[in-house]
Amino acid sequence: MPFSTLSDIQSRLNGGEITAVEVAQLYLDRIEAHNESLNAFVYMDRAHVIAQAEASDAYRAQHEPRLLEGLPIAVKDIFCTQDGPTRCCSSILEGFDAPYDAHVITRLKEAGAVLVGKTNMDEFAMGSSTETSAFGVCRNPWDVSRIPGGSSGGSASAVAAALTPAALGTDTGGSIRQPASLCGITGLKPTYGRVSRRGIIAFASSLDQAGPMTRSVRDAAMLTEAMVGHDAGDATSVADAPIVSWLAACDKTDMKGLKIGKPKEYFVDGMDAGVRAEVEAALKQCEALGAEIVDISLPHTEYAVAAYYVIAPSEASANLSRYDGVRFGHRCDAPDDLLDMYTRSRDEGFGTEVKRRILTGAYALSSGYYDAYYLKAQKVRTLIQQDFMQAFEQVDIIATPTSPVTAFQVGEKTDDPLTMYLSDIFTLAVNLAGLPGLSQPCGMTAGLPVGLQWIAPAWREDLLLNAASAYESATAWSDLAPEAFAVKGDKV
Amino acid sequence: MSWEVVIGLEVHTQINTATKAFCGCSTAFGSEPNSQTCPVCLGMPGQLPVLNGLAVDKSILTGLAINADINLESKFDRKNYFYPDLPKGYQITQFTVPLVENGYLDIPTKSGEEKRIGITRIHMEEDAGKSMHEGLDGVSHIDLNRSGVPLMEIVSEPDMRSADEAIAYLKQLHQLILFLDVSGANMEMGQFRCDANVSVHRPGTPFGTRAELKNLNSFRFIKQAIEYEVNRQIELIEDGGEVVQETRLYDSVLGESRSMRSKEEAHDYRYFPEPDLPPLRVYQQQVDTIRAGMPELPGQLRRRFETEYGLSPYDADVLTQTRALAGWYEALVAAHASDPKRCANWLANELLGRLKELGKDIEASPVSAHRLAGLLDRIADSTISGKIAKDVLDAMLECSDDADAIIEAKGLKQVSDSGAIDAIIESVMAANPDQLAGYRAGKDKLMGFFVGQVMKASRGQANPGMVNARLGVLLKG
Repeated sequence: MPFSTLSDIQSRLNGGEITAVEVAQLYLDRIEAHNESLNAFVYMDRAHVIAQAEASDAYRAQHEPRLLEGLPIAVKDIFCTQDGPTRCCSSILEGFDAPYDAHVITRLKEAGAVLVGKTNMDEFAMGSSTETSAFGVCRNPWDVSRIPGGSSGGSASAVAAALTPAALGTDTGGSIRQPASLCGITGLKPTYGRVSRRGIIAFASSLDQAGPMTRSVRDAAMLTEAMVGHDAGDATSVADAPIVSWLAACDKTDMKGLKIGKPKEYFVDGMDAGVRAEVEAALKQCEALGAEIVDISLPHTEYAVAAYYVIAPSEASANLSRYDGVRFGHRCDAPDDLLDMYTRSRDEGFGTEVKRRILTGAYALSSGYYDAYYLKAQKVRTLIQQDFMQAFEQVDIIATPTSPVTAFQVGEKTDDPLTMYLSDIFTLAVNLAGLPGLSQPCGMTAGLPVGLQWIAPAWREDLLLNAASAYESATAWSDLAPEAFAVKGDKV
Repeated sequence: MSWEVVIGLEVHTQINTATKAFCGCSTAFGSEPNSQTCPVCLGMPGQLPVLNGLAVDKSILTGLAINADINLESKFDRKNYFYPDLPKGYQITQFTVPLVENGYLDIPTKSGEEKRIGITRIHMEEDAGKSMHEGLDGVSHIDLNRSGVPLMEIVSEPDMRSADEAIAYLKQLHQLILFLDVSGANMEMGQFRCDANVSVHRPGTPFGTRAELKNLNSFRFIKQAIEYEVNRQIELIEDGGEVVQETRLYDSVLGESRSMRSKEEAHDYRYFPEPDLPPLRVYQQQVDTIRAGMPELPGQLRRRFETEYGLSPYDADVLTQTRALAGWYEALVAAHASDPKRCANWLANELLGRLKELGKDIEASPVSAHRLAGLLDRIADSTISGKIAKDVLDAMLECSDDADAIIEAKGLKQVSDSGAIDAIIESVMAANPDQLAGYRAGKDKLMGFFVGQVMKASRGQANPGMVNARLGVLLKG
């Protein structure tokens, strides 16, 4: 049961085999049993979760079940929730209780979901390993000496270890897809503008997008369906976004006629040989399912990392100015004057990586450097968008490895930010171009999961779901579970 | 060789929308501190701005009224600086591509000719909150009711050559804004604030280094501050010194300014495009609709009053100071169609003067246009004289009765019966034999004496025209 998908749990709830309260209790027990070794959850209130499940059972007794009726969903600590604290895993938001729900949280509640708690993440989503959290390092259930990826590492770890059947993450440069890949689960980043950002703590506003992290492609589609939709409260939420038949898109079992682009820039020397082999094998499998693999080039890929690490910190440097100790969050003790209050509150409240990015961003925007850094990075961004547009004239969809490596050891890259930044080398161009991307498990190497990334044109999440569900139906990688957290004598 | 003064002005005017620029909070002035705030204008985590469309329309209207170009695509930027009354740590403004560019305003000058002042741009931005330090014993309080209130920043070219020209420009702009109903423009409430860039140079040489004078909030202080700054710079240069680029704060109590920050201390605002707001697109159709709904502007109205009603330039100017006054005048003319000039005289000279003493503006006048027209009708039909009418107007300001009722109650009706007037004249002649003899001996000036006496004897009610005519006949004997 715990390693069931949302769809499985839903059919058992609908069949009356179990209740939402029983489902909630099962996962709450697992969180209590395993969170100490994983540190995937940073907040959970058992009584409140049970109360939501009871309310769902009561609703079901009277009405037709809603889209996510009684299904447990965990959310990254970046989503503002009226219930419980919202910290973005930073000390600077010490004591902060959001008086509002993020738009997507409202959507999940309206769909009948049971919100099980807040998951660990890199502070302000700045990181690729979930090691910069103010609540401590999160671990990978496949090997607890390793990181789960980041920044949505808590959500990935929790879903992979079945502490929750599904979770929400956010993805600014790969923060859903990379940890999904490293933890062997499915993660979807929708097209920029598909999901409202209102109430999600901003890292880089032009790149941030929320999405699902699940145990199957269909679950990802189901959760996305509940999340999407225009929000008049977010000016970047697109009003007339093309509609996708989310669940129907997951019925595909073959790839007949599908042209898959294989960009040479994503299969390079220096990447893990095991990862490369697994992804190549996956593409062979796609051919067997009827797809045509086309070699393509995305020539400006090599500049994506540099452009991203100018644009994202620039936006972040302004987005994080509001954490000043004046109205909420951490304020230093006994400041001498205003400047002292600002500098000490922020120095004490922010971690090293967050400070590094604020400084990088402020530098890139400063007078005399703006043209050389920020403006140039925006030009690169345009070139990268054009690369994808040209590629999609030749192919329907693009397939790449999600990450050049599998999960690395805790502490392995913390002293070397540049190497850490390269963890996102295959994911962040997708954010720069605003495209939808999906990572799904496609193999194991040295006992660790490998992820396959699908990239589609804007608003064509249906193509991602078509390809990923066909691949999933022909393989068993999504069914694998980390043994240490597997259940003997499943009682439900 | 004389000095030439060069002045450019930046005006921040609050756009009078009911709600803020980027959230639904009220913009009402004077409420309980922090009672008009929400997570958006408090800069809370995850909160996003949504642009107020009416503020855009009002900015476009202003742009059209200054003959400017409307950019169909403009952009918002973030201006970064830390201050406790700036909740997000940045102000949303328009830096690179403003909504409005390349306009102008023609202002009157002493020579009587108009002078054209270029307006570089109008951009939209949000206001900050208010910090309060005084009387709080070392503690500062912050009121964020004003945080996020929409502003237009109207930036002129350095086209003004004296403090008087600067004031003329500001008054013209102030009047225009009120006419357009795009801002309350109340200077005491901070709805119309001015920064002045001032420099001096010898004509024919490049412009001098400028100083920026901050936050001037009355026409009088602006004039004083500019004049003080001009003198300071001239004295400085003539003493062999150099003007440095700096921001200065004018102290209206001391009548002098002091340096606030030098160029070196100037902020680097690290402007960059606001990623939370897509580029602002307006459609030509929207611009055309706004243009079609444009009210008559002060200059047009002035010219129309001169031609349509035959008013003097002075009266036309007085009566077009505000849209409310001009509207009041036209209502008066409509109710008393026989004589627009009489309407102008009575409104501009009599009613406005009395209202000023009462501390009221035309919108709060106790006498309506309709009631005043009733009074003017009685002058027109010779029921009362103009002199009596002034007394009736005084009475009308103190009660709600019509002119007719007051005339009736006080028995002020003008005497136009020649028999009755002749009787009064006879008695006056009988009572003043010496003057009568003098007049008849050729002292024509005594005519005035008799007119006065007759009017006095009739308690002002005798028809003055008839008194003159009958005296001319009867005095000659």
